[in-house]
Amino acid sequence: MSTVEQPQTAVQPAGATAAPQRAFPRLPLPNWLRSILGNRKAAIGLVILSFFVFVAVFAPLIAPTQNPNRMVARPVQAPSAEYILGTTRQGQDVFVQIVHGTQVSMAVGFTTGTVVMAIAIIIGITAGYIGGIFDELLSLAMNIVLIIPALPLIIVVAGFIDRPGPLTIVVVLSLISWAYGARVLRAQTLTLRNSDFVAAARVVGEPTWRIVLFEILPNMTSLVVSSWIGAVLYAILTQASLEFIGLGDPNISSWGTILYWAQNNAALLTNAWWTFIPPGVCIALVGFSLTLINYGIDEITNPRLRREPKVKAA
Amino acid sequence: MRFILRRLGFYLIALLVSVTLNFMIPRLMSGDPVQLMFARFQGRMDPRAIESLYETFGFVQGPLHEQYFTYLSHLLQGDLGVSIANFPIPVTEVIAVGLGWTLRLVGLATVIAFSAGIFLGIRAAWRRGRFADSVILPITGLLSAFPYFWLAMLVLYFFALGLGWFPLGHAYSLDIHQDWSSPEYLSSVLHHMILPATTIVLTAIGGWMLGMRNNMISVLSEDYITMAQAKGLSDRRVMYTYAARNAILPSLTGFAMSLGFVLGGALLTEIVFSYPGVGYTLLTAVNTRDYPLMQGVFLMITVAVLVANLLADTMYVLLDPRVRAA
Repeated sequence: MSTVEQPQTAVQPAGATAAPQRAFPRLPLPNWLRSILGNRKAAIGLVILSFFVFVAVFAPLIAPTQNPNRMVARPVQAPSAEYILGTTRQGQDVFVQIVHGTQVSMAVGFTTGTVVMAIAIIIGITAGYIGGIFDELLSLAMNIVLIIPALPLIIVVAGFIDRPGPLTIVVVLSLISWAYGARVLRAQTLTLRNSDFVAAARVVGEPTWRIVLFEILPNMTSLVVSSWIGAVLYAILTQASLEFIGLGDPNISSWGTILYWAQNNAALLTNAWWTFIPPGVCIALVGFSLTLINYGIDEITNPRLRREPKVKAA
Repeated sequence: MRFILRRLGFYLIALLVSVTLNFMIPRLMSGDPVQLMFARFQGRMDPRAIESLYETFGFVQGPLHEQYFTYLSHLLQGDLGVSIANFPIPVTEVIAVGLGWTLRLVGLATVIAFSAGIFLGIRAAWRRGRFADSVILPITGLLSAFPYFWLAMLVLYFFALGLGWFPLGHAYSLDIHQDWSSPEYLSSVLHHMILPATTIVLTAIGGWMLGMRNNMISVLSEDYITMAQAKGLSDRRVMYTYAARNAILPSLTGFAMSLGFVLGGALLTEIVFSYPGVGYTLLTAVNTRDYPLMQGVFLMITVAVLVANLLADTMYVLLDPRVRAA
C-alpha cells in the first residue's frame, strides 16, 4: 500500500507551498486573506464556499421564478436539456428548487452562526474575564447545555411549534448551540487575562471594556472565526436534518425540504436519484468547504500541525 | 472519589434542567398547551383518564410551582404519560422497546468508530504525510461533514436497492420468529444492522481520528518520547505504550461529550433505515404529534447520555492517577 500513496504525498506539499503564493504575489490583499489563500486546504474551501454564496446571492437571476415550488412540467422526469436536474413527483423543477434552496439554507446557516458567535463571545469573555462566582455559574450553564443532547431537544422544541419557518429555526438553533464556542473562548480569555500586555493595559488605567474589545478580542480572532465556521456548519446540517424529518415549513424550498419530499415520495424506491442526490451534494460540499477552511485556519495558527513531513524534501 | 461525587452532582443538575425544560416547553408556546398536547385524546378516553393524564404533565389548577411539583412527583414514579399514537400503551413501554435496538446499534457502531478512529489517528501521527495521514484523514473529514441522513440514504440506495446485498430496513426479517437464542434470528439481526452501523461509523470516525492525531503530535514532541527512542525501544513500544497511552486521555473525555451528538445522528440514521429504535419512535411521535412520547424520548436519551458520561468519568479516574489525587 505504501508504494501507491507515496507519489501523491510528494505532489501535495509542492502544490501547497509554492503555487498559491506565486499566484497572488502583488494583489493588495489583507494579510489574513493572504495567509488563508496561501494554505491549500483553506483556499480550496474558500473557492467552493464562494461559489455557493454566489449562487445564493444571485438565485433570482440564475433561476428566475415566482415560486420555486410551482408545478412546471410532467412529474418525475429524468434530467434533460430543458430541466437539467429533472422534475419531482409534483412536477417541480429540481434545479430551480435547489438554486432557491441554496439561498434559504445559506441564509439560515450564516445568520445562526453569527448569532451563536455573538452569544458565545459575550458569555465566554465575560465568564473568563470577570471570573469568580460569575464564571462558576456561566461555566455550569455552558457544561449543562453541552451535555444535554441537542438534536432531540431541538426536535421537541420544533415539534411544539407548528411548521417552524427559517427564522424560527434560526432562533431555536441559536438558543441551543452557543455553549461550545463560549467554552472555547472562555478558556482563551483565561489565558490572555494573565498575559503581560493585558496587565500593562490595566496598569495604564484602560477601562475594562477597552481591554476586552481592543486587547483581548483581537488576540482571539482565529478562534472566533473557526468557532463561527463550526457554528455555521452545525446550523446548516441541523436545519437540513430538522426539515428532513418534517419539522420545517414544507412549503419553503430549501435543501432539507427537497430531501424531505424526496423521502416522502419514495424517491429511493422509484429510482428518482436526481431528487435526492443534488441537494445532498450541495450540503456535503458546503460542509466540506467549511471543514477545509477550519483545517486550514488550524494549520495557519498552530505551526506544529502545519509542519509538513520530511517527504517534502525528497 | 471526590471527583466522581462532583461529577454526579453535575449530572443531577443537568438532569433537573432537562426535566424543567420538558415542563416549560409546552407552556412557552403560544396557545393552550393542554389543547396542544391532548386534543387528540378527546373522545378516545373517558374524562377521568384524561384528568389523570393532565396531572402527569402538571396541568393542575394552581400556581406554576405547584404544577411543577405535581409533574416532578409523577416523573419520580416513572410515569411519563400515555402515548397518543400507540394508545393506550404507556410512553415508558414504547420507549423501552426502541431503546434496546438503539443501544445495540449505537453501542456497537460507537465502539467500532472509536477504536478504529483512535488506531488510525495513532498511525497518522506516527507517520505524518503517509497513507493514514494524507489519504484516510481527509476522506473521513469529508464524511463527517456529510449530513448523517443523506449518507444513510446513499448507502441504502447503493447497497440495499442497487446491489441488493442488504435488507431495505427494519431490524430483523419479519418472517423469522423473534428469539434471541436462535442463530437464524441472530444472523438476521446482524445482517440488518450492518448498513445503519456502517453509516454511523463512517460519519463518526473522522472526529476521533483527527483528535487522536493532534494529541499524538503534541505528545510525540515530549522529552520522554525522545528518551524512549534514545534507549533503543522498539517503535511499536514507543508508539503504543509511551505516546498513545498518554494521548488517548483527552479523547476519552471527548468520548463522553460527543455521545449526545452521535445519538442525535443515530436517530436520523434509524429514520432512513426504518430501524425500530428510539429515533424511529421519535419520528412517528413527530408525525402524529404525539407530545408525551416526544418528551419521553428526549428525557430517555438525556438519561442515557448522562449515565454514559458517568461511566466515562469513572473510567477516567481509573486511568489517570492525577484525577484521583486532586
